[in-house]
Amino acid sequence: MSEAALTRREWLLSERPDSRLQARLGRAYQSWLRFSANRLALAGLLIILLLVFVAAFADLLSPYSPIVGDLRGSRLMPPGPGHWLGTDDQGRDILSRIIHGSRITLYVVLLVAIIAAPIGLAVGAVAGYAGGLLDVVLMRITDIFLAFPKLILALAFVAALGPGIENAVLAIAITSWPPYARIARAETLTVRSSDYIAAVALMGASPSRIVLRHIMPLCISSLIVRVTLDMAGIILTAAGLGFLGLGAQPPLPEWGAMIASGRRFILDQWWVAAAPGAAILIVSLGFNLLGDGLRDALDPRGSER
Amino acid sequence: MSGTGTRAEAGRAARRASAIASTLIRFAAVVAVTYLGLLAVTFFIGRVIPIDPVLAIVGDRAPASVVERAREELGLNLPYHQQFLIYVKGALQGEFGRSVLTTNPVMTDIRRVLPATIELATLGTLIGALIGVPLGVLAAVRRGTLADQIVRIIGLIGYSVPIFWLGLLALLVFYARLRWTAGPGRIDVVYEYTFTPITGFYLLDAMLLRDWAAFRDIFAHIVLPASLLGYFSLAYISRMTRSFMLNELGQEYIVAARAKGLSETRIVWAHALRNAAVPLVTVIALSYAGLLEGSVLTETVFSWPGLGLYITNSLQNADMNAVLGGTIVIGSIFIGINLLSDLLYRMLDPRTRPR
Repeated sequence: MSEAALTRREWLLSERPDSRLQARLGRAYQSWLRFSANRLALAGLLIILLLVFVAAFADLLSPYSPIVGDLRGSRLMPPGPGHWLGTDDQGRDILSRIIHGSRITLYVVLLVAIIAAPIGLAVGAVAGYAGGLLDVVLMRITDIFLAFPKLILALAFVAALGPGIENAVLAIAITSWPPYARIARAETLTVRSSDYIAAVALMGASPSRIVLRHIMPLCISSLIVRVTLDMAGIILTAAGLGFLGLGAQPPLPEWGAMIASGRRFILDQWWVAAAPGAAILIVSLGFNLLGDGLRDALDPRGSER
Repeated sequence: MSGTGTRAEAGRAARRASAIASTLIRFAAVVAVTYLGLLAVTFFIGRVIPIDPVLAIVGDRAPASVVERAREELGLNLPYHQQFLIYVKGALQGEFGRSVLTTNPVMTDIRRVLPATIELATLGTLIGALIGVPLGVLAAVRRGTLADQIVRIIGLIGYSVPIFWLGLLALLVFYARLRWTAGPGRIDVVYEYTFTPITGFYLLDAMLLRDWAAFRDIFAHIVLPASLLGYFSLAYISRMTRSFMLNELGQEYIVAARAKGLSETRIVWAHALRNAAVPLVTVIALSYAGLLEGSVLTETVFSWPGLGLYITNSLQNADMNAVLGGTIVIGSIFIGINLLSDLLYRMLDPRTRPR
């Protein structure tokens, strides 16, 4: 068994891969080796996997309903058996609300990433490849958005669009694409004048094909790192909007909004606000650890910086 | 001989002056474009809002003629590009309309609340820099050791913690339980009528008035939110200090200094840190800008009567003039700080100076 594992390891680390698949798997394996040597990064990965697991099986895991509470029997009960994290002012089990809130957090983070990253990638790759006036105009727009205070701009957008989780997602996405455009442009500039791009161009590939098929894929790994590192910021912004009453609306168990509703009881029933905040801290810490580890593993050049 | 020397010098000086002038012009153009972009975005936000500003003023049941007249008076019947021109002209003069909530001109309100935010953010940055820089240096020098790991984790938690939640917990522990600090607000009600602010920066005012009792009270109020913001910026500053210091400590002049037999303290603090200080200035300036923004949530938690609380209060009352005015002011400060840090970088780093 160990011999088979050893040969598999050798196969993966082979200097002369026989196929493209072997080369790719080998590279992925090397990245994984670098990544898994970092204990903090593994902890981050574990936290995120746990988040996904909890979000997927929220209905099975939560002992009570996240929306309907027991107003008569269990209002503002301290943590203890039965209610491990206590109950809130409407007699709802806080643990169940946090478990269901993980879905909202994941939803926000994924949606922002799905909206913002492609926008940034497209803007940056096009600007970098086209150059000239288009580059100047696109980068100026990017700089304008970069110069803005993100949270304040998101606040103003949500104020205009009206509170709600979709609008919060939109507002965060609008304010978070510019760094991705910067990164994609920088990556594009480094590969733009390389021989293989010239070769593809000579073979008659159209500019859109070059950008889509040959430049964008190369930007993706550094973009993934950056998006992962930004996820913590996205979670914090979403929670901040929720805290101000501009994100998810009650009775949705959004963690930021839960802190806001627990604020009134902070002096005597501190657990109402403390538990969801701890959940936010753990999850965004997980994303930060994971992002750090990914950066070190995928980009060995930049890891010492 | 001396004649050619001075002529060459004069030529160099002229070239240098023109280089500086062109840099300044480029900076001015960038700032103008960015500011215009800021105004365009806020204008857009103000127009997509579903609340009709005319109906908000005259009411739902006003007759059509009144609505039409109000629309004309507000200039909302004009085409969009003309509206935008009027908007830009107003914004350049600091004219953002009236707040529905306070009925004052928005700029008057902002002038009243801005010192509170500046005071808080300044103290926060000071705390962050004074603790963050030494921590970062320590982490770089003791790289890979336990000290490095601890600094890293302190920083990571600072990046990950929701600041409003930490503020609530801090109020619970240090104000409600331990009674070490004062509660929310800027100053105790007791001083409300005896303490007349001069500049709006209360700590400074109390010193100018030599009112030490008030000073102590103001300090007890500001210390908690400022420390919180300080921790926020410490996370960023210590991390950047560490990477800058690692970069410097790997340079050859450090090897040369060691070979000369200089003490390690002198090498780290006098040689390496001095060179790392140039990019650090930019980092500290950026973290200051970040704190102005972070103050929105902190001010809400601590009922701190600054710009952040003004914006969130206005938000909750759909007072768009106030929200957009506040956004533009914070955006302008952002642009200003970015520009300033860029200029400082050029002044401090001789390599970027035009020759």
